[in-house]
Amino acid sequence: MSLLSFRAFHHLTRALGRSVRFCALAGLVVLALAPSVHAEPVDDALAAFAADGFDDTQKGIDILVSSGHDSAEAILAALSAGKLMVRNDDKALFIEGKAGAFTDARTGASASVDAAKLKVVRLNNRLRRSVQAALGAVTLQAPSPARRIAAARAVQRSRDPAALPAVDAALARETDNGARAALQTARAAIIVAAKDAPEAERIAAVELIAAEANPDAAALLRSVQADAPQALRTAAEEGIAGIERSLAFWNAMQNVTYGISLGSVLLLAAIGLAITFGVMGVINMAHGEMVMIGAYTTYVVQDLIRDHAPQLFGSSLFFAIPLAFLVSGAVGVAIERGVIRFLYGRPLETLLATWGISLILQQAVRTIFGPSNREVGTPDWMSGAFQLGGLSLTYNRVAIVIFAMLVFAALLLVLKKTTLGLQVRAVTQNRRMASSMGIRTDFVDAMTFGLGSGVAGIAGVALSQIDNVSPNLGQGYIIDSFMVVVFGGVGNLWGTLVGALTLGVANKFLEPYAGAVLGKIILLVAIILFIQKRPRGLFALKGRAVEA
Amino acid sequence: MLTVKLIDRYGAVFIAVLAAAAVIVPFCNLAIEPGSAFHIPDYLLPLIGKYLCFALLAISIDLIWGYCGILSLGHGAFFALGGYAMGMYLMRQIGPRGVYGHPILPDFMVFLNFQDLPWFWLGFDSFLFAMVMVLLVPGVLAFVFGWFAFRSRVTGVYLSIITQAMTFALMLAFFRNDMGFGGNNGLTDFKDILGFSVQAGETRAVLFALSAAALGLGYLLCRYVVTSKLGKVLVAVRDAESRTRFLGYRVENYKLAVFVLSAMLAGLAGALYVPQVGIINPSEFAPANSIEAVIWVAVGGRGTLVGAALGALVVNVGKSWFTGAIPEFWLFALGALFVVVTLFLPKGILGTLQDYLGHPKAAKPAPEPDGAAVAHPAE
Amino acid sequence: MLSTFAKAAKGISTFAAAALVAGSVTAASAQETIKVGVLHSLSGTMAISETTLKDVMLMLIDEQNKKGGLLGKKLEAVVVDPASNWPLFAEKARELIAQENVAAVFGCWTSVSRKSVLPVFKELNSILFYPVQYEGEESEKNVFYTGAAPNQQAIPAVDYLEKEEGVERWVLAGTDYVYPRTTNKILEAYLKGKGVKDEDIMINYTPFGHSDWQTIVSDIKKFGSSGKKTAVVSTINGDANVPFYKELANQGVKATDIPVVAFSVGEEELAGIDTGPLVGHLAAWNYFQSIDTPANEAFIKEWQAYTKNSERVTNDPMEAHVIGFNMWVKAVEKAGTTDTDKVIDAIVGIKVPNLTGGTSEMLPNHHITKPVFIGEVNAEGQFDVVWNTDDLVPGDAWSDFLEGSKDLEADWVSKKCGNFNTKTGKCGGQAS
Repeated sequence: MSLLSFRAFHHLTRALGRSVRFCALAGLVVLALAPSVHAEPVDDALAAFAADGFDDTQKGIDILVSSGHDSAEAILAALSAGKLMVRNDDKALFIEGKAGAFTDARTGASASVDAAKLKVVRLNNRLRRSVQAALGAVTLQAPSPARRIAAARAVQRSRDPAALPAVDAALARETDNGARAALQTARAAIIVAAKDAPEAERIAAVELIAAEANPDAAALLRSVQADAPQALRTAAEEGIAGIERSLAFWNAMQNVTYGISLGSVLLLAAIGLAITFGVMGVINMAHGEMVMIGAYTTYVVQDLIRDHAPQLFGSSLFFAIPLAFLVSGAVGVAIERGVIRFLYGRPLETLLATWGISLILQQAVRTIFGPSNREVGTPDWMSGAFQLGGLSLTYNRVAIVIFAMLVFAALLLVLKKTTLGLQVRAVTQNRRMASSMGIRTDFVDAMTFGLGSGVAGIAGVALSQIDNVSPNLGQGYIIDSFMVVVFGGVGNLWGTLVGALTLGVANKFLEPYAGAVLGKIILLVAIILFIQKRPRGLFALKGRAVEA
Repeated sequence: MLTVKLIDRYGAVFIAVLAAAAVIVPFCNLAIEPGSAFHIPDYLLPLIGKYLCFALLAISIDLIWGYCGILSLGHGAFFALGGYAMGMYLMRQIGPRGVYGHPILPDFMVFLNFQDLPWFWLGFDSFLFAMVMVLLVPGVLAFVFGWFAFRSRVTGVYLSIITQAMTFALMLAFFRNDMGFGGNNGLTDFKDILGFSVQAGETRAVLFALSAAALGLGYLLCRYVVTSKLGKVLVAVRDAESRTRFLGYRVENYKLAVFVLSAMLAGLAGALYVPQVGIINPSEFAPANSIEAVIWVAVGGRGTLVGAALGALVVNVGKSWFTGAIPEFWLFALGALFVVVTLFLPKGILGTLQDYLGHPKAAKPAPEPDGAAVAHPAE
Repeated sequence: MLSTFAKAAKGISTFAAAALVAGSVTAASAQETIKVGVLHSLSGTMAISETTLKDVMLMLIDEQNKKGGLLGKKLEAVVVDPASNWPLFAEKARELIAQENVAAVFGCWTSVSRKSVLPVFKELNSILFYPVQYEGEESEKNVFYTGAAPNQQAIPAVDYLEKEEGVERWVLAGTDYVYPRTTNKILEAYLKGKGVKDEDIMINYTPFGHSDWQTIVSDIKKFGSSGKKTAVVSTINGDANVPFYKELANQGVKATDIPVVAFSVGEEELAGIDTGPLVGHLAAWNYFQSIDTPANEAFIKEWQAYTKNSERVTNDPMEAHVIGFNMWVKAVEKAGTTDTDKVIDAIVGIKVPNLTGGTSEMLPNHHITKPVFIGEVNAEGQFDVVWNTDDLVPGDAWSDFLEGSKDLEADWVSKKCGNFNTKTGKCGGQAS
């Protein structure tokens, strides 16, 4: 073969290669846009996903659902979780499994791919809704009842008439009572909205939904259009009225739970102050910073756990609680030994010094951790909400309420039942006498201040779950804390408890009427007036002690 | 002890320095050419003027805390109210020169859809009315607040905390845009005062001289009070409230009188402060501001009046200096200053100075403990 | 007696002297460099947002100096801390301009801080670059607004929700200050103009740093359960966002049910939240870190190298400072001087590339052209862009949807006026 012909051959093969590639590309485009005769529907769906446009993805979901293919559920689940990946160069689709393992989306076989070349198939809210509805339709016959219930809920939310046959089929086979009820509600939700369904069936559906006294049900009934038949509309209106009656009661109860929840936050924030300020008489302006240190301790603990032992993340808060107590307590002891012990008997000067300390601590945290918020995660068991009657309670709030009560009880026990508690009370009541009885007042002072600070640190762990972890964290709670302690009566732990809960509940009852700001103003004025009536707070210390 | 001079030697120095400053600083600013070593640059004039206003606020706090044992953690409220009264006058003076060109309503009201001037803004176009309000509003608030509080014998830390609640509530209220005080933005972009531009050097000089004069007169007034027979009773209240009551004095009336006077002085300070810094907004009500003002007094020396002014000056000069010189670390410096002063100069700068130089007959430092203390059980 | 008098007097005068010396010492060495003022809070409540902007400015100035400075001189950053204290902003601005003789100031975040320094910049005739999205209703000769005006953020976001998500019911939730108030007023007028009824709009204001969102989130849930698709337009500021989003997540308000579109939540704010439960909530900005352009990639790399932290995020106000700084540099080069009036004249019409692939231009109303992006929160704490404008949107100082301001126009080139009334043909906003 001459050189020339070789070159010609080379050209030929290159051209051939190019056209093959072109064909493949064209095929892909065709796949994406119209169902091809050669391929199964699932291939069309995958090709549509690979195109990664929002409209294409929607089309892919529709095709996949109607295909009824075995792998549909896995693919939809991956899509919904953001685990469906497309490879840049050949548009092949993979599903990301645990620990960086990948499986081929089409075959389900495990595949080794370069993760750097993969891109997630994107979703927006519209698609997310339709994926969830599709997933619901597909998983209606899943083996576990819990998943079937979740699927029924998803269908109920989507109210997609296309899912009706799937729901009916599932209902026919359903044996689990819970799942059956959920499926029936889902079916009712679809039928209420379906214009072509028989009127009697729609009215029955309305009644079924009205039996569920929750806002979602009311929403569903409100969606009954004005052009619906008269009988249907009347049924829906009656249903709404019934739901609203029962909701009115639960609303009031809900406000109480919000109030108790806010009250426990206030209690947690204030209870350390009830020791350092209430019992020891130190006007502790650095109290908020002790709370902040506790929150940052939580952050550090979680950070370490994430890096070294991610499986422990769920219990990270249990590690954080004792550590926060120790860290804040140690800082408290250092402050007491370094500054406050020189100031006993001059309480107003403690205000000045602790204010200075609070500035230093804030800036120190800002220098070490930076000025921006730090992320403190919520363990799974504290996320989400559950229904109790008509109440919707979130796990983290319930956890905080219980936690606040435990801390309160523990503190009460320490002060009333331990030797340290006895000594604390002795020293604060009569320092010289206590000293003559052989109590090491210095030690007791340091321990008491450490205790108060440590409890503030524990509060920081709880507050990190609901608020910013930033250098300003403490500032937001210091004024409220002082209000609570003073309102309840200085030097009385029970006063702090009652004070915190009263203020919390009052605040939450005012808020719906007066708004958040005005509600708070009214409460502050009420505190001012209350102090006129009872100048020593709710639970005043009696006897000569108060006339110091 | 029986006859106390109105002006002791620290007072004399104070008045002399103030009088000199009132004349020399504006002179050095206006008459001496820039470039000369004696020229005081323009930016320093309102800055020092601001310090003088803070000093007056500090003196007003010292009057009640140092001499009567009332620790107010809400004196910033009176300062801010005075400031707002002045700010409202200045807003009305803008007239149709706002960005929307409305003949009467200030800009913020135009874009919040106010149709008419709220009733509490009426009258503030008159300087005289505004000046009366500068004194009257803080005075009335203090009277009402004190009337209830002192009659109910709310003392010590309880009083401190409810004063804090008062200023906190006012802050929240003024933050609300619906209140008609400009919300978070407050009142700003002032144009002129009594027909003179607030930005003109001469106006600044006059405002400065007025601030110095107000501080001097405020000092003399407080000094007059504390050296009078009334002052003796106040000190008695501070040191042993119950005993004074048993001796037949109507303690609450004495407290009320001095509290109202102090609030009015704070209001005056606020009114002078606003045209010099050019803005008044609800953050002036922040409890932290009031606490800081108390700290000025402690740093300078409680119960000395001159010390309070000195403390305000030292802390604020320090703040201005550090926020520019070491912006990342100035809070460490400020915090450390407070701690060091408490630990090593418990009587404040002036109190320590007095110890060191020997007491002048009149200036008796405040003894401890006092009525404003926390109920420190059975000591 | 005399000696004590002298001692005391000496003490007092030393303090006065200290304050005076502060000015003269630093001013002496001013001639060698061009000074640039950086006026961002490094402490107090706003430090959380503003500290980053200070760092960006230092980086930009550093870069410019590596390129040889400006007009043959090195740039020098003068950093001060106004400590989130509004009167202190005015004092520090005065210090920067009068004492440090800075050529321009880059700074402020909150509207009130800008309002506080405004009279100072006007009086001393200097330049402020303001990098944050704001309520509009302002155009000043001495200020350049490089953040978004309401028409560059709020209106496109609402349009998106209406078209893409079919939203019919609106919750306008904000912190009670001027930016949310004005934005919500504009949106309310805009929505009502589109036929949205009164009962389909809920407006709610909360104080700064609001931390207990239980009641409000449950109200939003209730409002959203009417059967019509509901969305929340959030102008909630800074610190209050984290507890708000945490409460949303806990009460199970998902983006697929009630999406929240925020105008004050960027990458920096998300850094403090676990975004898993928030996926799908939206934000409208003129820049996202996730936008894939060479310029943005280079900027992120440079920023992470400068801060020595490979996880530092970038955000919209940072880009605004990048644009503003580059515009200022170009204007100074064009004018050949840092003289305020000449730079102000030179800068209008200056075009610089932004980080998202377009070219932003300084307009005669002292606002700039910007693209608008809508992003959805993803699980990594970033935003996926789901929509963007084809062209850059010019910033509008005076809203077309507000009574009183729709007749106003700002033009600092031909009319030399920030509030020209087109009806009366007069400057000064006069209605008659």
